[in-house]
Amino acid sequence: MNTTSYELFLNIIIPELGKTLFMVLMTTVCATILGFFLAVIIVLTDKDGLQPNKYICETLSTLVNIIRSFPFIILMVSIIPFTRFVMGTSIGEKAAIVPLTVAAAPFVARIIENALKEVDKDLIEVAKSFGASDAQIIFKIMVVEAVPAITSGITLAVISILGASAVAGIVGAGGLGAVALSYGYQNFNDTIMYGTVFVIIVLVQMIQTLGNIFYHKLK
Amino acid sequence: MIEIVSLYKSYGENNVLRNINLSVSDNEIHGLVGRSGVGKSTLLRCINGLEKYDSGSLKIDGFEIKQHSNREIMRFRKNIGMIFQNFALMERRTVYQNVALPMKCWGYKKDEIDKRVRELLRIVDIEDKIHEKPRVLSGGQKQRVAIARALSLNPKILLCDEATSALDPKTTKSILLLLEKINETFGIAIVLVTHQMSIIKQICHRVSILEDSEISAQGTVSKIFMNQPQSLKNLLGEEDLVLGKGINIRITHIENSINKKMLSNMVKELDVDFSILSARVEEYRDASLGSIVINFEEESAKAVIDYLTDLPVRWEILKGE
Repeated sequence: MNTTSYELFLNIIIPELGKTLFMVLMTTVCATILGFFLAVIIVLTDKDGLQPNKYICETLSTLVNIIRSFPFIILMVSIIPFTRFVMGTSIGEKAAIVPLTVAAAPFVARIIENALKEVDKDLIEVAKSFGASDAQIIFKIMVVEAVPAITSGITLAVISILGASAVAGIVGAGGLGAVALSYGYQNFNDTIMYGTVFVIIVLVQMIQTLGNIFYHKLK
Repeated sequence: MIEIVSLYKSYGENNVLRNINLSVSDNEIHGLVGRSGVGKSTLLRCINGLEKYDSGSLKIDGFEIKQHSNREIMRFRKNIGMIFQNFALMERRTVYQNVALPMKCWGYKKDEIDKRVRELLRIVDIEDKIHEKPRVLSGGQKQRVAIARALSLNPKILLCDEATSALDPKTTKSILLLLEKINETFGIAIVLVTHQMSIIKQICHRVSILEDSEISAQGTVSKIFMNQPQSLKNLLGEEDLVLGKGINIRITHIENSINKKMLSNMVKELDVDFSILSARVEEYRDASLGSIVINFEEESAKAVIDYLTDLPVRWEILKGE
């Protein structure tokens, strides 16, 4: 029984781990790009920002809040039509990137927004005082100073996305979540179920450690 | 260099600046003093356009800030450097990169930047820390880096917003000496905002005292300290003096060889007794001022007052509590 479990482990968990990593990586990249874009606009148009614009700022901020309020599984199911439109299907790890990104981008946006807002306000004033343009202030100064905070924030986001990908597994995405549920839980196979959880634990530890290393290197 | 005429500014209902008239000449170090929150920093920021003023005129070498677009103001800011109380350096960049930042933003060539950065670091005396990050620097060192950065675009004016308020007295002195050196060597006009009178005494030529959003006193530093206007007294607060019974008089005078003997001459001529409650001589940029508080009996009052009135000194009777 143990040998079979071990083989199952190798033949099923490893490929599904690959799918999970793919989902998490792609989602992180897409969510970071989108989230960064959102965050920069929100910070720019904030009332204390470089180009205050109440309408843009509040609209985007509210949009972010609304998406973040959805429990992930409900968000995922409710945008199935959209997922189908974009990816042609709502099943599989490629398709899952859509709802994962939709959920993660606002989260990352908030993280980056907070990191940018924490930058020394006097520094921004100095930059204005020697004639730096808004674009230079944002990219050469604010983003640069915010890198350590953004790094820790993204580390958090990745772990959160990992958790969400396991949930996505329940609705057909594949990956470790699906394994834990179908081969493990539904099959009354505790070894596989907890074995998968163990893999996820190791993964989380590695991500956190990597994040900490990057944080200290970038400081 | 800087001409401010009838400047007004308010935030909604709040009048922050009223009827400000001020001029700063080319090589002058001008102090702006007042209680915290009176509007001195706001006035400073009007000079380089970081704050907009509602009415009046603010000209820098004829350039009227209000009449220009944001783009033009941005370009004009190359002529004005600014330093802050909390240094405002980029924590993730080295000293070199911090000082090079303004030039990089304006697209200067790499070797030009390199040459200028090294030259500036030499002027502010912090060459040895060139590749360090701000976190290993002391307050005084950080301010030197900030000053180097502020000078990088060859400004004609330097604005200092409470630049030494976060530094210990000794470091403050060395930074002020540096500012003095910069003013004298490069002919850069400096406008210094502070709430500490001691700083004004050390390096300013002229000073404006702000009280209740207006300039309540303005002039050369030694004159202001000599004349002791009410706003100056309000700012300095009550001196900790133990006044005695009888008459207490404060005498303020320019310290010179004649005035030095003032009190001993008074004793010889009038044959009065008195005690000294406080005495000091302070050096300003253009004069040394002496200040003495003496106490004597009522009977001698008329004689002493008549005597002092004839001398080129300023005196006032101090009333106890």
